[in-house]
Amino acid sequence: METAKSERWITWIVKISGYSSILFVSLILFFLVREGLPALGDVPLKDLFGVRWYPIEGYFGIWPLIFGSVLVTVGALLIGIPFGIGTAVYLSELAPAWIKNVLKPIIEILAGLPSVVLGFLGIQLAAPFFRQFLNLPTGLTAFTGAVLLGFIAIPTIVSISEDALNTVPSGYRQGALALGANHWQTIWGVTVPAARSGLLTAVMLGVGRAIGETMAVMMVTGNAPVLPRSLNALFLPARTMTATIASEMGEVATGSEHYHVLFFIGMVLFGISLAVNLTASSLALRSRKRAERLLS
Amino acid sequence: MRIAAARRWLVGLLLLLTACSATPGDSTSPSASTYIQNKGSDTIVNLALAWAEAYQKVKPEVRISVTGGGSGTGLTALISGTVDIANASRKIKTEEIKAAEANGIEPVEHVIARDAIAVIVNPQNPIGELSLEQISRIYRGEVTNWSELGGEDRPIVRLSRETNSGTHVYFLEEVIRLGDKDNKEIFSADTLLLPSSEGIISEVSENPNAIGYDGLGYVTDHVKMVAVARTADQPYVLPSVESVNSGQYPISRDLYMYARGDAPQIVLDYLAWILSPAAQQIVTDLGFVPILSTTAGK
Repeated sequence: METAKSERWITWIVKISGYSSILFVSLILFFLVREGLPALGDVPLKDLFGVRWYPIEGYFGIWPLIFGSVLVTVGALLIGIPFGIGTAVYLSELAPAWIKNVLKPIIEILAGLPSVVLGFLGIQLAAPFFRQFLNLPTGLTAFTGAVLLGFIAIPTIVSISEDALNTVPSGYRQGALALGANHWQTIWGVTVPAARSGLLTAVMLGVGRAIGETMAVMMVTGNAPVLPRSLNALFLPARTMTATIASEMGEVATGSEHYHVLFFIGMVLFGISLAVNLTASSLALRSRKRAERLLS
Repeated sequence: MRIAAARRWLVGLLLLLTACSATPGDSTSPSASTYIQNKGSDTIVNLALAWAEAYQKVKPEVRISVTGGGSGTGLTALISGTVDIANASRKIKTEEIKAAEANGIEPVEHVIARDAIAVIVNPQNPIGELSLEQISRIYRGEVTNWSELGGEDRPIVRLSRETNSGTHVYFLEEVIRLGDKDNKEIFSADTLLLPSSEGIISEVSENPNAIGYDGLGYVTDHVKMVAVARTADQPYVLPSVESVNSGQYPISRDLYMYARGDAPQIVLDYLAWILSPAAQQIVTDLGFVPILSTTAGK
């Protein structure tokens, strides 16, 4: 009787904590939409999707900001994915135990490093280095931001990828080796494909980490709202959506046009991360189904 | 900039807290007459804090709380009657005066210091003189290589503060638009908007392509100040206390405090003390330009 009652309580508490995340996300979405949607009424759609961002004079074109975010995030992934998955494969398949014991904690420290510290290193070391090494007009570019974001995303990608690789049953590896595959063929042909859905989740979480990052990006990308015209734009300054919200929200008058447009940018960011997550989960689901079909 | 702003807030808060904790011990009850609320411009907030601290030694019974938030925030608070003194790095607007009068408040302007905005380049850059027109053309994106101004064959990298900075707005109106109200020119889109004054100094000191602007108080030895002329046929002047006070240096502005016309005596005493040599020495120490006592006959 007494236990049944307390169990019911516990069930309720667990249930509420489970549902609370749904509640929080919907509240955030509600607030974003309530503050962001009026932007569509304040600013004509043509201007909102214009090419010039200069809010204090009424230029509210958000294309340069969207492309700035995409540019920096894609650049970060080009660096983060090969390094991240490579590190995970090394740790899980190749590294001797003692190296693994040294490397894993170091990567975890990297994960815990505040991004503002990385941004500081970026401004003091990376930006001057890239300016001289690549002979650029300035080192404060999308590329510098992408390298820093790559470093920020790598620990996430490594730890989740490594977990995914570890869950691949050792029978797969032994089977591949027994069939005459060498070590490299086993890794590339069997272990990595078997862990694919986990690796994909790792990459998607890396994307999420990169697109939402603010501080480091704001410090090193130069924040110039230029619309990219060619791939060369990677080596020019860029302004991301997150940096725009962070640097302008502080001084903006509540309820003004500018305020609503900043929230609208928040909605766009929310939409992008939602799309990334949906794609990730549907891809993960599909590949798992296929793997199950093949192996059963 | 965020961190610096947060620190200023914290200091302001601490000052407020000490003010609160000290008052209950006083035999006289804490009344509005011993307490000054001061709020506004982030440019002025460090100066206002330094003054408030120094004034504690002059008149320990007067408590002053200082907060930032921007010129507009401070003036809005003055209009709604919640602060005694508003700090502003720009003149009060006509709409704001009207709003204040509607509330029965007559805002009175006090010039408390001056701020010169220095145009800076890398010490390696041979360019040492620019006219306002040339600076405007650089920032509008019409001039993109230093060789067009007689310098080396290097691309120009333009640096600016973020749009929320009062300095950015001042530079836009007085330099890029050359003070012409009908001019609608804006910064070239590829101008780098850096979040802090320190960020501008660090990039200019490291990058020979860069040009930037910053308050005189932020300028260090690692960058080179450019002598500026109003027009090409006028003398080129470096920013300094003397050239600002004589009106020769073209990019300088007054910093203000606004109080209500019927302000209590302690507020008037404080504003009078701010113009004293001791208080104006603090202005110099913080890198702003003091008001000469001869011109400060208010």
